[in-house]
Parts: sequence; C-alpha cells; structure tokens
Amino acid sequence: MSPGVDKETELSDRIETFLAELKRGGNGRGSAETARQTAGLLRRITAQARWGNAGELMDIIRKEGKRMVLAQSSETTVGNTVRRVLKIIREEYSRLRGRSEETDQQESLHKLLTSGGLSEDFSAHVPALRANVIEVINELLTELEGTLDNIAMQALEHIHSNEVIMTIGRSRTVEAFLKDAARKRKFHVIVAECAPFCQGHEMAASLSKDGIETTVITDAAIFAVMSRVNKVIIGTQTILANGGLRAVSGTHTLALAAKHHSTPLIVCAPMFKLTPQFPNEEDTFHKFVSPQEVLPFTEGEILAKVNVHCPVFDYVPPELITLFISNIGGNAPSYIYRLMSELYHPDDHDL
Amino acid sequence: FVRWLVNMADVNRVIQTQSSNLTPVKDAGVKKSENIHSKSENQELSKEEKLRQRKEKKQQKKNRREDKGNAAQPEKNATESQVQQQKVSGPTVVPSDASVNNEKLPSGKSKAELRAERRAKQEADRAMKGVKKGDSSQSFGLKSKTAASEPQSVVKRLSEHVQADDPAAQKRLAKKLERQQVPLRNDYGTKVNLFSHLHQYSKKIPLTQQTSIPCTVIHPSIVRLGLKYSQGIITGSNSRCIALLHAFKQVIHDYSTPPNEELSRDLVNKLNPNISFLIQCRPLSASMGNAIKYVKKEISNIQSTVKEEEAKAILKECIDKYIQEKIYLAAKAICKFAIEKISDGDVILIYGYSSLVNDILCDAHEKGRTFRVIVVDSRPRQEGREALRRMVRKGIHCTYVIITAISYMLPEVSKVFLGAHALLANGYVMSRVGTSQIALVAKAYNVPVLVCCETYKFCERVQTDSFVSNELDDPDDLIVTQKGSTHLEDWQNNSCLRLLNLVYDVTPPDFVDLVITDLGMIPCTSVPVVLRVKNVEQ
Repeated sequence: MSPGVDKETELSDRIETFLAELKRGGNGRGSAETARQTAGLLRRITAQARWGNAGELMDIIRKEGKRMVLAQSSETTVGNTVRRVLKIIREEYSRLRGRSEETDQQESLHKLLTSGGLSEDFSAHVPALRANVIEVINELLTELEGTLDNIAMQALEHIHSNEVIMTIGRSRTVEAFLKDAARKRKFHVIVAECAPFCQGHEMAASLSKDGIETTVITDAAIFAVMSRVNKVIIGTQTILANGGLRAVSGTHTLALAAKHHSTPLIVCAPMFKLTPQFPNEEDTFHKFVSPQEVLPFTEGEILAKVNVHCPVFDYVPPELITLFISNIGGNAPSYIYRLMSELYHPDDHDL
Repeated sequence: FVRWLVNMADVNRVIQTQSSNLTPVKDAGVKKSENIHSKSENQELSKEEKLRQRKEKKQQKKNRREDKGNAAQPEKNATESQVQQQKVSGPTVVPSDASVNNEKLPSGKSKAELRAERRAKQEADRAMKGVKKGDSSQSFGLKSKTAASEPQSVVKRLSEHVQADDPAAQKRLAKKLERQQVPLRNDYGTKVNLFSHLHQYSKKIPLTQQTSIPCTVIHPSIVRLGLKYSQGIITGSNSRCIALLHAFKQVIHDYSTPPNEELSRDLVNKLNPNISFLIQCRPLSASMGNAIKYVKKEISNIQSTVKEEEAKAILKECIDKYIQEKIYLAAKAICKFAIEKISDGDVILIYGYSSLVNDILCDAHEKGRTFRVIVVDSRPRQEGREALRRMVRKGIHCTYVIITAISYMLPEVSKVFLGAHALLANGYVMSRVGTSQIALVAKAYNVPVLVCCETYKFCERVQTDSFVSNELDDPDDLIVTQKGSTHLEDWQNNSCLRLLNLVYDVTPPDFVDLVITDLGMIPCTSVPVVLRVKNVEQ
C-alpha cells in the first residue's frame, strides 16, 4: 500500500509544481517546452493514477487539465495538449474495442456532421488500454519534439534569394525557420523590436550571429518600411478556431500594413498551438501586464491621474493571413477548422 | 559682441599689411572681396598659411590647365556659375565667396573696378560653362527662392543632405563648408543599405567639438541653437522655427555693415555660414526652410537708401510679424476651427507631442468641452510623455499606451488628431514616424483622422515614400537594457546587424480625412491650391 501512496503523493507533488510554474509565468519557457511538459505529466498520470476504465481515466485527466488551464489561462498549449491526450484515449479505446479507425475522409466528414448525436460508452474495462495509451502519448511526445525541425525543413520552399523578410518580436519557430533557410540562401531580415519588452532585440542578435543580415526597427516604422518588404513571417501564441491569431501586441498593425502593400503574411506555428476557441471579447481574450513597462514609476506625479494599459496580445483576423506553415505542412486559414476536427474531439472543446 | 566688432576692425588692418606680401594671384574665384572682413579671425597666421598653400596649389593647377585653353579652375568656376544662375543663394548654395583669398590687390584698382572685372570674366566663363553643363541634372531644391511668377522655369538643386552616397556632392559640400569655415560633421555607424543616401549622426559627437573657440564666423547664439538642435533639446517644427527666428534677430542686431557694402546683399552672405552650420547640426525642417526664405526675401527687399539702424529695425519687426502671424495667430485660428469638430463625450487619440494639437485640446477643454484623450507614444523618443504631462496639468482625462497597443484602443476611439511636420504638394503628410501607421489602423477601424497644420509648413516638394528624403537619428537610441541584459550593445562590431532610427514618414492622403489649417478645413489634396494662392500673394 505505502509504495502506492508514495507514488500518489509524488504524482500530486509534480502536478502542484507544474501548476505553480504555470502561475508564475513559465520562467521564459517556450510553448513547445510547456507542451512537452504537459504531455509528460499526463503520461505519468495515466501510468500512476488509479483508474478502472477509459471513462474514469478521462475524468481524471479532464479534472487535472482544468486545473492546469485555470492556472494560466493565456497559455493555451496546456489545454490543447490535454485535449490531444483525451482524443488519444478515445481513439485507443474504440480501436481496442474493435471499431475501425477513422482514416477515411468521408467518415470524418460524416462524423463532423453527426458528431452531436453519438455518445460513447466508456465504461468497459479494456486491459491493454493503459499500455497503449502510454505508447501513443510517447508518439505524441516525439512529434512535439520534432515540430521545430519539421517547420524549419520547409523554409527553402518559401524563401528565395535576396528577399527582404519582416518579422516582429521573438519566435523560436521563426528563428529556426530563418536560420535553416540562411544555410542555403542569402536574404535580409527586418525585425520590429516590439515594445515594451523589446524581444525583437534578442531575435536580431541571434539571427545576426548566424550571418543573416538583420536590421532592427522601431514599431513606429513598420508601415514606413513595409513598401520594401517582400514577405512577412511571424510566429504566434495561439491559432484560433476561425483561423485568426492571438499574437503578440503589434501584430495586427503589421498585418494591416502587409495587407495594404499586398505583402504575403506567413504564420509559422506548430499544430499544438491550434485552440478550439473562437475570438470573443468577453472571453478574457486580452491579457495585461504591469504598466510599469509603459510608464515607469519615475513619472510618479502623473501616474495617479492617468490610465495606462499594457496589453500583451493582439487579435489578427483570418482575412489578413496568407498562409499557415505548421509541422504537417502549409495550409490556408480557411482550412484550419478541418485540422481542428482531426486533432480534437468536439466534446473536449470545453474542458 | 562689441569686442567682436572691434577685433574685426583690428584684424582687418593686419590683413591689409599682410596681404601686400602675398603674390597677387589671379583673382578668378574671388567675387566679393568684402567678405574678407567677415572672415577674419584670431588665428590669423595659420589661416594665412593655409590660404597661401591653397593659392599655390591653384596656381599650379592653373598653369597645368592653361594650355587647354579653358578657363582656369573649371570645377570651381562651374560651381560658381551654377550658383550665379540662382537668384538668391539658398542655405545649401555657396555664394562662392572668397574668404579663401584674403589678399587684395595693392591699391592700384578700386574695389568696384575689381568687382566689375571679375563679373565680366565670370559672365564669359558662364557662357562657356552653360553650354557644357546645360544638361546636368537640375532637380528640386528645398530652399531655392525663385520668382513665384515663373513656376516652371525653376532651376533647383538637390540638397546635399540627401546625397550622402555621392562622393562628388560630398566633396563639393566639404569644400563649401571649408570656405565658410563651418566644420563638417562625420557620419556615425553603418547605415542600412536602403538609407545610404542619408546622413546618420551621433548625438554624443556634437558639431561644436570641431568648431574653434571663439568662432567669429558663426554667431554664438547660432552655435547655442545648433547644439540644442543636435542634442534634441529643441524639437518640433514650430519650436525649431521660432528659436531659429529669434537667433536670427540676435544676429541682425549684432550685425554691422562693413564699409562700401550694401546691407541687403552682405547680410545674406553673413547668414549663410550660420545656416550651413545649423544644417550640419541637424537638417532643416520644412518650416525652417520657409522661414529662411522669407527672411532672405525681406533682407533683399531693403532699399539701399535706408540707414542701417532703420533697416535692422525693419527686419526685426518683419520677423516678429512672421512669428506672430504664421505661428501664434494661425494656432488660434486652427483652434477655432477644430473646436467645431470636438463634441462632448468624444474619445480623442493623439500621437506623440504636437504643439498645435496640444493647443487645440487645451483650448477645447477650457471652452468647456468634455472629452478624454488617449496618448499614443513610441520608442525611442517617447515624446508622448510630454504631451501627457501638459494635459494632465490642465486636468484633461488621459490614457497612455504604446503604439503596439493601438489595435486594442481603437475600438473605443471616436477621432484621431495628428500633427504634421510638413504637407507636401501631392497631398502626402510628412510627420513623425508612426503617424502613417496610426492613420492606417484608424482607417481599418473607420475612425476619422484629422491632421492639423499651419499653412507656413506647406512645401512644394513631392514624395511618395519614406525612403527618398528622411532623417536618420542616432542609432544608439534604440539600445535598451531589459532585465539586466542589453542584446544590441555591440551592434557596431557585428557586421550583419544594423539599427534603424527613422525620424519621419509620409502618410498617403487616402488615410487622412481632413486637414485643418488657418485658412480653413481642406481635404489633403487641396494643398497645391493653397500653395498657389500663397505664391500669388507674395
């Protein structure tokens, strides 16, 4: 009994540490790292928690997942990974119970139309479920680890020589993408620094170390230099269900400027950033951080009399986006809803 | 300043004694020997040596070229003849005076006869040069004053400050500055390729480090002014223009006509090195250019019969009138028009600090309109904080954001008020960098954009993008330390990394809904109409 209890306490300790880290903001971890950690934690829960059938497992995971999402609601990769794992459990369960896998396109379309009516019964006990689920989660982990390379491999298809590419802020995906293309092609990159945190500076320093010609501009100069830019390549925090983006503040301006000059806007983002959430003002879409970055406390005399806002994210509507490049290839924004149905089960959209 | 004048007189005598020792080299290139007086300074001997050396070189060159049968010093004469073609020398144009040659011919000929001789010679040179250089590119110059009645036969030159990549133009500029005894400012840091035709200076290396002290060519108040410009202490086109005009008033006050000179011609020549110095400190704004044109016109209109004191008083009064009419009263008129556009309960968005827009909002607040203001600011200048302070002091309710957050703020904004640095003749608005972005996003959200601009900032230039004519500020301003690490600290050592700090950008007229000027509320495309009306009036 006691080793079981120890394991349980150890497990809950791990979950607690993970939640605490999320609440504190992730120590500058990228979303890929967060996704991997979430998947690892869920695998541990599957392995160590006590459950009898698929339904119980899904309840446990849903409960833990809800707590994780609440800890940091703007970090959507956590919720997405939980949904992926739930879908994995559903699939494994139905596979082991003898139902055919839904690889047929027509089947999935049929499912899309009729998904509201069916409700599966998860109470049967299938002995091999645990092992199978853990195996598929391992596959998911390998997929998560390879997303950056997968996206970077597609770089040469999209960047030709002597191009001028513009980007904003700092995205590890875009960085890997550009560095991969720079091995074979010569091009210029303009980085908008993205005040107030100026992540663009770090990006520019890193790109220029690899020998890519980089120019740093202020956010105010985005429209001024846009006429000489051939492509805009950005990363994002989240891809919303309608194909829109929730990206770092300033991206909407960049997208509008690109649209005005008919410059293609390419978004490099792995699939675990796709969220089954629609843009909605009441849905705490915006996240604000301390206005100290915008108006520091040294301006004390006027601080009390003004409102200062420092929103972190911007919504970019899907009409402004030309292409999504993800680890499964390139897609138009209008296709995102189909990808979503392949990744997540509609019952899991609300955790 | 009295001592300055006395020194000049003493040194004149020194020059006269010394010049008799110098060989009277051909006087090609000397147009007005009266400038000799103005160029005297304390370091007589070293300057004298330099001039002597230069003269010897010229003599050698002339001997070499004499067998070609052409006029001596074709290059120098070419620039001079080009200059002759312009009616009044703009600040970028060299009057090609010859502070170079300090010598005077021994009293055999009187100055007037000398002048006549030289002019005749130059007419002959120009005739020959005119054939040769007839097809040299003559393009638009910012400050060349031509008679307004001939709009098409304007011969304008491209100003040197947008030709930083042309070595011939830079050499010409260096020679001209050397003649005027104005130090040449060096570029700093690697420039972005797209902007290699512009100069990029560093704030930490002011021009005054290279001027000699005391500098008798450039008036001290102008030196002070230039330093304030280059360090960014005086910014904003209205403030710069007013400060310039006040400095000019001081120069005129301290000016005294040398004997046998006419104030109307000599004062302009005295002002030119000062203007070159200011340009080296910071390129002139459109408002300053128009003001300089006006002052030079007023000076040249002074009759020769008017006494010096009276002339100075007239000029000072003209300058005061200009400031009063074109800036202060215009601001009042614009406030009156603009208040009709501000309704109660409005949410108004402004960008950076524009003295005019600030006046409008403070005035409307005093007249009892209730509205709140959103101030948008951007790095690295962060001028919005100044606007914020002034409005909070007046009691206006303000919100403050950075330019990346405008997509978040715009849904609640009812109007956008923008200031302008200049309005170009094709309807484009030249303003602080970031203005076009605000106009773009406002258009996307269907928020009306109103630009406020006085008519004296209207400019005959045309421009379609922000690249061809702009200003590059100190790139080191972009460097910032966040969380203890400065990523861009050694950008100079990294050959692949460049920093770009633009000052201006142009907004296309389709983003602007209305322009409020002291003549009324006009659409952006009516700017050339106003320019024409103004030219006819003048």
